[in-house]
Amino acid sequence: MNSEKKQNRGALASLFFTFARIGVFTFGGGYAMLSMIEHQCVEGKQWITHDEMMDVTVIAESTPGPIAINCATFVGWKLAGLAGALAATLGIVLPSFLIIFFLAGAIDRLMAMDAAAGAFRGVRLAAGVLILDAGITMLRKMPKKPLPRTIAALSAVILPAAGLFSLRVSALGLMLSGGAVSLGLFLLQQGRSGKGGGGK
Amino acid sequence: MILWELFLGFLKVGCFAFGGAYGAIPLIRDVVMSFGWLSEEELANMIAVSESTPGPIMVNLATYVGSRRAGLSGALVSTAAVVLPSFVVILLVMGLLKALIKNRYFQALLRGMKFAVVGVVLATGLQMTARSCLGAGAAPDGKALAVTALLAAGMFALPRLRKKATSPIALVIAGAALGALLRL
Repeated sequence: MNSEKKQNRGALASLFFTFARIGVFTFGGGYAMLSMIEHQCVEGKQWITHDEMMDVTVIAESTPGPIAINCATFVGWKLAGLAGALAATLGIVLPSFLIIFFLAGAIDRLMAMDAAAGAFRGVRLAAGVLILDAGITMLRKMPKKPLPRTIAALSAVILPAAGLFSLRVSALGLMLSGGAVSLGLFLLQQGRSGKGGGGK
Repeated sequence: MILWELFLGFLKVGCFAFGGAYGAIPLIRDVVMSFGWLSEEELANMIAVSESTPGPIMVNLATYVGSRRAGLSGALVSTAAVVLPSFVVILLVMGLLKALIKNRYFQALLRGMKFAVVGVVLATGLQMTARSCLGAGAAPDGKALAVTALLAAGMFALPRLRKKATSPIALVIAGAALGALLRL
């Protein structure tokens, strides 16, 4: 009992510090964080599988709020229930809270310095590369079949193309369309194989 | 009263902001303007700062606005309010998901959504990289392009030589160092 408690406390501390580290080094928002979480939680600690990571990405996109918070809550809950969810979420929020709180006054002066402004731009470039890395990892682990490829390619083209024509296409809308196509084909297949209409 | 307003305002942002901070900027603008918390220019500045400081963009914005309007208690209230909805929603979804994930129709839907998100993430990465490589007047910025090429080589080519994945943290540090040295 006692050792179990100790182990649990260890898991909570590990969750908190891992997500605090992700929080400190994630610039450019949630998508850049996907690459960081994949490295730390899937490959490093093996807390979740890549497929679960994809599940949580889709869920994070379909639910409101910062994607990073959704991910942290998911991983924490999976590992250690409510306490785990709290530890991971606190871990990801605390660094940015402290940084912004103490920098809020100085940030304008800081941005006026050449070296600091350069560092900020460099960090934004790194964030772009990290998002690409997350996307490429996802692409590599996707089933190599025509349907997944078509859906992924279409959404990759439609999103920026819509931006060019200043149409508002949301990522959520694209994802739901992809889901609808996949569900439709599944229903069609089922109907053809004669097993149609059977519930779960 | 200001604390209550901050709480309600950022709760609204947390509840209705779908698809990450970029999708949520119109909503954030709406909330921040309707309460008169920031001017248009302050908001634009703050979005740039939130992008350049670590952590979720929405959390950064909430902490900043809260601390500007009402000090530490304002920062705490706003940050808690923006985080609370997604925290609660995920806990609820996790309960539901366990039952749903065995359903074949739900699985088919989720599969398609996962394929689409791959495209969305790739497109976002490309757009973000392209946007940061453009200087004033949308002309390509040579220094930014060179740094991007170096970072991309470090992320994608180096692991083949070293047989070890490049850590995202190392990449962020390299980006900051190169940016500061070259006065990007």
